[in-house]
Amino acid sequence: MKRNGIAFWIGAALFLAAALLMTKVVSNQYPFFAGYVILQFIALAVAWSILGGYAGYVNFGTSAFFGVGVYSSVFLVKAFGAPLPVQILTAAAIGALMGFALGLLTLRMQGIFFSIATIALTIIIETAVTNWRYVGGAAGIQIQRPPVSALFDNYVQMLFFVQAVLVVLAVAISRYIQNSWIGRGLQALKDDELAAECSGVPTLRLKLLACVISGALLCAVGAPSAMYLQFANPESAFNLNYSVSTLAMSLIGGTAHWSGPIIGAILLGTTQQLLTVTISSEVNVLVLGVMLVLFVVGAPEGIIGLIRRIFRNRNEGRES
Amino acid sequence: MSSETPAPLLRIASLTKRFGGFIALDNVSVEIPPGERFGLIGPNGSGKTTLINCISGAFRTEPGTVLFRDEDITALQPHLRTRRGIARSFQIPRPFRSMTVAENLMVALDFAAHEHVSVAKRRDTMMSILTQMGLASKANVSATQLSQVELRKMELARAMATHPKLLISDEAMAGLSSSEVDEVLDLLMSLASHDITIIMIEHIMQAVMRFSDRVMCLDAGRIIAIGTPSEVMANQRVQEAYLGT
Repeated sequence: MKRNGIAFWIGAALFLAAALLMTKVVSNQYPFFAGYVILQFIALAVAWSILGGYAGYVNFGTSAFFGVGVYSSVFLVKAFGAPLPVQILTAAAIGALMGFALGLLTLRMQGIFFSIATIALTIIIETAVTNWRYVGGAAGIQIQRPPVSALFDNYVQMLFFVQAVLVVLAVAISRYIQNSWIGRGLQALKDDELAAECSGVPTLRLKLLACVISGALLCAVGAPSAMYLQFANPESAFNLNYSVSTLAMSLIGGTAHWSGPIIGAILLGTTQQLLTVTISSEVNVLVLGVMLVLFVVGAPEGIIGLIRRIFRNRNEGRES
Repeated sequence: MSSETPAPLLRIASLTKRFGGFIALDNVSVEIPPGERFGLIGPNGSGKTTLINCISGAFRTEPGTVLFRDEDITALQPHLRTRRGIARSFQIPRPFRSMTVAENLMVALDFAAHEHVSVAKRRDTMMSILTQMGLASKANVSATQLSQVELRKMELARAMATHPKLLISDEAMAGLSSSEVDEVLDLLMSLASHDITIIMIEHIMQAVMRFSDRVMCLDAGRIIAIGTPSEVMANQRVQEAYLGT
């Protein structure tokens, strides 16, 4: 356990160092534009799976949280000219509150009913923002980037690094949850909610906690997006594609282990970026759908489940 | 039971449970003293499982009160009742399917503990419960790979891991062969003590007769008989309820 922890933090440090190094040596801007999006999806998928994977409550509201993250930044920049860290922290706080409210209202519903409620949330919030003039309404709003801090050459490189930090943060939290009593409780209630309650697991409280943590992270990941695009409109900020992609990445990677969503997001995120450049951004969605169907049929436990099955079979083969 | 009557462990007063227009439990009142082996019988649909759902907290009751060790627990959530010492098994076993047998027990040990105990100590407790239940060799087997009788035992083991004062066994012997019934019955007998009161719901009459200090028979949500096993068996209304008239 201890040794695993050290290995994990060394890996995280190496990852951040590599990201930082990349901003120093790579001069072409495209890798940062594409890399930012992939990192964003890794963080989203990891954050999503805290509620959707560990607790088994499939949340279609990723775009609601993401969009609220975007628009909290828009508001803060327009009203106070707030710097990026403030934007991210505020978005996390709002996301936590939103998660708490969503949880209180909907977590008593199970299965598909919860999922439908989360879709409704997206639509309600998008409608509200569309009618909010101050942040641009339906037409959207242009945002000026402030000058970049001394450490980086340009703003996109900085955002790339910030998103890498968010990835590490999300993964560390997700990993901690999985290995702690919270994770065991969530796994129990995912298997059987009544049996979990009767074994002493405070199911509602644990689900709320998962919802708050997941919501805070989803919002925080959305926050830098306003600066990344220098523009925000409700249609793209609350685009249902965020929900679908995030869900597909988590499920394809596998939600039984914290590394599953990372694998899924790297695989799908990279594929999407390649397809966008080589064919068109619309083909993305098609490929995503096809892959999701293939995995649901062929490997319902995702890549992680597939790997585990292969290892188990090999071990059994050795024993017999 | 001893001649002086100790304060009841569980006191149910005028409990009624309706599902829409259907009255599943109708004004049920009963007291169970500590250490008793209490048999609960009745035809299908008579309200046995509903009653224990009300005791363990899966259902809210209205009106009526449930007192456990002189504390009103009527409005408590199930996990809080578990922590106060009420544990149950399920009629249809509900294991945590993604976990091993050991992990199933660890959930209960982690979450229902009354005081803080070290992980090593919890593991010891877990192994000793599994040994007592005859499941020690299955500790690292996935819960999905257990046989029916092993599943029943694991449910009881998981309930025992919550350190119960009241253990409710909901048809733990249903569908088992006669030798397996004896096995589970012996287990339940060995668990019963002055500190652990057991309510056993069962259809197998020999098991109920052998096990119980006292038997209660429900029919259509009402208590139609309560007393020693032989008294209840001799009761005409019980015979009518079971055989039909």
